[in-house]
Amino acid sequence: MAKFKMHMLVCGGTGCRASASDMLYDNLKKEIQEQGLQDEVQVVTTGCFGFCEKGPIVKVIPDNTFYISVEPGDAKVIVAEHAIKGRKVERLLYVDPVNKKKIADSKGMGFYKKQIRIALRNCGLIDPENVDEYLAADGYEAMGKVLTEMTPDQAIQEMIDSGLRGRGGGGFPTGVKWQIASKVSADQKYVVCNADEGDPGAFMDRSILEGDPHSVLEAMVINGYCIGATRGLIYIRAEYPLAINRLKIAINQAREYGLLGKDILGSGFDFDVEIRYGAGAFVCGEETALIHSMEGERGEPTFKPPFPAQSGYLGKPTNVNNVETFANVPVIYNKGAKWFAGIGTEKSKGTKVFALAGKINNVGLIEIPMGITLREVIFEIGGGIKDGKKFKAVQTGGPSGGCLTEKHLDTPIDFDNLLAAGSMMGSGGMIVMDEDDCMVAVAKFYLDFTVEESCGKCSPCRIGNKRLYELLDKITKGQADKEDMDNLRNLSMVIRDTSLCGLGQTSPNPVLSTMDNFMAEYIAHVEEDRCPSGVCKDLIRYEIIPENCVGCTACARNCPVNCIAGERKQLHTIDQSLCIKCGACLEKCKFNAVAII
Amino acid sequence: MTKIKSLADLKKMKGDLQSKIALREKSDKPEGRVIVKVAMATCGIASGSKDVMEYLVDELDKRNIDAIVSQTGCMGYCYAEPTIEVTLPGNEPVVYGYVDIKKADKIIEKYIRNQELVDGIIPVNYQTIEKDKEE
Repeated sequence: MAKFKMHMLVCGGTGCRASASDMLYDNLKKEIQEQGLQDEVQVVTTGCFGFCEKGPIVKVIPDNTFYISVEPGDAKVIVAEHAIKGRKVERLLYVDPVNKKKIADSKGMGFYKKQIRIALRNCGLIDPENVDEYLAADGYEAMGKVLTEMTPDQAIQEMIDSGLRGRGGGGFPTGVKWQIASKVSADQKYVVCNADEGDPGAFMDRSILEGDPHSVLEAMVINGYCIGATRGLIYIRAEYPLAINRLKIAINQAREYGLLGKDILGSGFDFDVEIRYGAGAFVCGEETALIHSMEGERGEPTFKPPFPAQSGYLGKPTNVNNVETFANVPVIYNKGAKWFAGIGTEKSKGTKVFALAGKINNVGLIEIPMGITLREVIFEIGGGIKDGKKFKAVQTGGPSGGCLTEKHLDTPIDFDNLLAAGSMMGSGGMIVMDEDDCMVAVAKFYLDFTVEESCGKCSPCRIGNKRLYELLDKITKGQADKEDMDNLRNLSMVIRDTSLCGLGQTSPNPVLSTMDNFMAEYIAHVEEDRCPSGVCKDLIRYEIIPENCVGCTACARNCPVNCIAGERKQLHTIDQSLCIKCGACLEKCKFNAVAII
Repeated sequence: MTKIKSLADLKKMKGDLQSKIALREKSDKPEGRVIVKVAMATCGIASGSKDVMEYLVDELDKRNIDAIVSQTGCMGYCYAEPTIEVTLPGNEPVVYGYVDIKKADKIIEKYIRNQELVDGIIPVNYQTIEKDKEE
């Protein structure tokens, strides 16, 4: 067997593949072959490294060199320089945004310093399509331990002791959920993995399934053993082809090894998993709607109780757990509940994966221990706000969450603190906004999403959200009055209090939280017909500042509707009646001569 | 593929497979491990550093020493190639020159195992840019 002295880990997540990391992998393999290094250097496709901002990522082991934005054409130089001569390829190294120094070792990157990777432990470490690598990384050992050395009650107790709470958004204690299902007697029970990740901007579940599918399968078997279920279903949205493909490979490999199927590891316990596809409806992330969708019914939620743990899929007791929740499970049994409970805050144990996005330097997937502050996440891990702009707000919890501001920056992140601050953990989307974002427009954006995704079953959500959207639309157009503002708040409260499921109950959150924290912006829109951030098109106009204009014609040449007039070296002017307010002139002007008024 | 029939089987398999990703796991946590860097520029390779590196990788593994062996570029001591830099946990790095297989064996046995210095150390006679800046 070849003994590799060097491993080149190429990110095979959706983000990096979109930037041709699969071609890069092929090229690296080819180069290695050509240089006769195939027995010395191993090229591996792994899951997501999280640093999606600068993909494709290549990490070279053992020296931990972290290459960013690598193109397929860079394969040659990486092999020639790094693999043969041991010289790092300088131009592909990460440059620290603060001190502009090149960082070769990923350990030196602020992005990774504060992270603790539990759910993402194998992402970027092993080849997700090779079960042997998962086995080498303690794979299926937790399952073996639970199945052969623990009773279901003991295993459930361990889960309760760990303090793990559901990572899909609700934060319900996982062990308790298992206990409820285990106590109900039925001829058949089900374990369901909720992989219907619907929050815009959140992609941790996809990354886990793409980078470490076996950990989810292993956890499902453990869940099944605890509650007495022999069948598992993974409900995944069809828009995740790569995750589905890797899951299928994983399921087949696990079956071939007998890690799924009859009499697993000689324990006498049977369990198998199948995949169900969702059509990508946001509401199907709600567990009752998800179950109905799997049953072939419309994906609409129903009233709880009965809870799925009592009567779920086909009327049988069902445990629905989120992908990230499952990914934590094997580690808890391997390292013990005590170890897990030692991480995090009093009521929120362990870590949480967040998808950092928006106006931030390091966009990507991060896993942090509960209890660190938003400031640490945004300014240390996230590397601060893009282009040196000023931080304005951070939106957590997706369309169901709220916007937090400067004053919340030092709040330790956990389930309860975020809720108390007027937002929520949700599935872990975290969108950072800077001074150029209009908070009314942000609220409108999320309402647009909710209106689209409302299933229409209950009227507060179906009709109320539509009216909310219209009110916000009026405000952004400068047509609203004070009464509209009162209506906006009242209607939000009614929708929150009377909707059937979580979608409606939380959909007004973006409105309420922006009203609470950014009232001044609402007032500027309503009373002064002004958008302070210069976003709402109906309330702004672009003008050329005569003192700054040198007459370079750049704006006129780039204006898509030809509404800018002016000769070379002469002052230009914008015809406001034709202007569509696209902002192209502002973007192209190098002399700060275009302003939003 | 054969089925895995028991937890004991699973553990045995893991033992066999572990070496596949051991290098990755080790590199993730370099703390407390011996780090050996072999200079592998043209000058090093011409003087036989490839064989030395291979020898180090195999022998450290055989002698059960928890080490990470990686290659690096030219350290500037082209006259003394092959050169290797050895960092014991908690110690400053030490650079050895003229390392052939015999010398490598000596370094493993004397320096890495017992922290006894071996002949052929190249003293540090340079400052890095970072250090200059700090001062």
